[in-house]
Amino acid sequence: MADFVMPILGADMTEGTLVAWLKQPGDHVQRGDIVAEVETDKGLIEIEIFTAGVIEQLLVQPGEKVPVGAVLAVVREDEPAPQPAAAPGTAVPPPQPVAVAGTTAVPAAVRQRISPAARKLAADLGVDLSAIEGTGPGGVISREDVERVARARETKREPVARGAAPSDLAARMRQTIGAAMARSKREIPHYYLSTTIDMHGAMAWLAEENRKRPIAERLLHSVLLIKSVALALREVPELNAIWSGTAARISERVHIGVAISLRQGGLVSPALHDSDRQTVDELMRRLRDLVNRARAGTLRSSELSDPTITVTNVGEQGVEALFGIIYPPQTAIVGFGKVVERPWCVDGQIVSRPVLTATLSADHRVTDGHRGARFLAAVDRLLQEPSRL
Amino acid sequence: MTKEDIRATVLRLLGDIAPEADLARLKTDVNFRDQLDIDSMDFLNFAVALHEALHVEIPETDYPKLATLDSCVEHVWSLLAQRAP
Repeated sequence: MADFVMPILGADMTEGTLVAWLKQPGDHVQRGDIVAEVETDKGLIEIEIFTAGVIEQLLVQPGEKVPVGAVLAVVREDEPAPQPAAAPGTAVPPPQPVAVAGTTAVPAAVRQRISPAARKLAADLGVDLSAIEGTGPGGVISREDVERVARARETKREPVARGAAPSDLAARMRQTIGAAMARSKREIPHYYLSTTIDMHGAMAWLAEENRKRPIAERLLHSVLLIKSVALALREVPELNAIWSGTAARISERVHIGVAISLRQGGLVSPALHDSDRQTVDELMRRLRDLVNRARAGTLRSSELSDPTITVTNVGEQGVEALFGIIYPPQTAIVGFGKVVERPWCVDGQIVSRPVLTATLSADHRVTDGHRGARFLAAVDRLLQEPSRL
Repeated sequence: MTKEDIRATVLRLLGDIAPEADLARLKTDVNFRDQLDIDSMDFLNFAVALHEALHVEIPETDYPKLATLDSCVEHVWSLLAQRAP
């Protein structure tokens, strides 16, 4: 048996509210399946499972607020229990999950007979099938049983909103961001670097590419910036690291967290997994999907827990330079400003060029300015050859 | 398709992107990206949606012509007129 626990979706998360189960006892699950929805300070998050097997029992009911590490469900594994194979850089949940009061005892599971329609309805309504006594032939749980329990639940307690009111969420998110940033500034000795990058080649390449492409396949220049950061991290991998409390652990995989502003206020920084291994086209598709899902409130748990470094771009607001605050337990954040036309010296001649200010805020416990400068130089060099990104 | 049809479509698509916005108060001759806080990803989604809704090809170099509601309607109208037999 394996425990499915409330994941930690960032160093600042301490608890979450289960909103709905998307799987029920008896359902088979694969690694990466979305099994639950949880309300956090970052919004409504789809929680993935990383154990293949059969859901044995759900231990937490929709509406319950539980701490990070609390056991949400028990899964009968297909194979012997794998090690908790957190991806490199992943914030690892506490090794000793906190049990939910009153749910520590796991009785032997009894396989229920459930009609497919009832199972689907229960998933839609967030009803725990394990708590239902079937009234159909042979004790089969029917749609009517599910509807009965759902009605009773609604009368017994306040309904569980699918997502808090926008104003509440924005206020809680602001508190969360404030706490994480205060901790970062308190604990992490930041150093800051900046450089100005000639974007003439990159912007010309982008314009030519987009001229040839249908609308839906056009690229944004931000995807070139993300890819250049991802590749530069291969040259300076110590910036792609997670601070464990006493030392940094370099991540072998590059999961760039992209800062995305939300329409109701606040921001999230979900991961573009393996950013260094994607083509710019694939990165663009995934970035578009990520931004749209972030704003729609359908991010997945791994996207919030996995970033190994953050990239933030406020150029569209007219800002030319941004010195970010590191998001713990990451050890660096890269900022990009607006692409602006500026006088630029080329071969002894002053010409007008589109230029961009790139910045690095990094943890002095892990790297120093020399390595940080190498990183920014690599970003600059990579952007001079956009066709090779 | 009339200009009013195009305007209604543009407003509907903008409403999809900025659902919290009060489009009745949108100034039609002022950049709607600024008014609705639409970033480049939103704008790309808008251009894609416009293409899908009206079957109109919009080169990236034409994006500045879509800046305001009025100019957007006029430009889409002209693109559709060019396409008409």
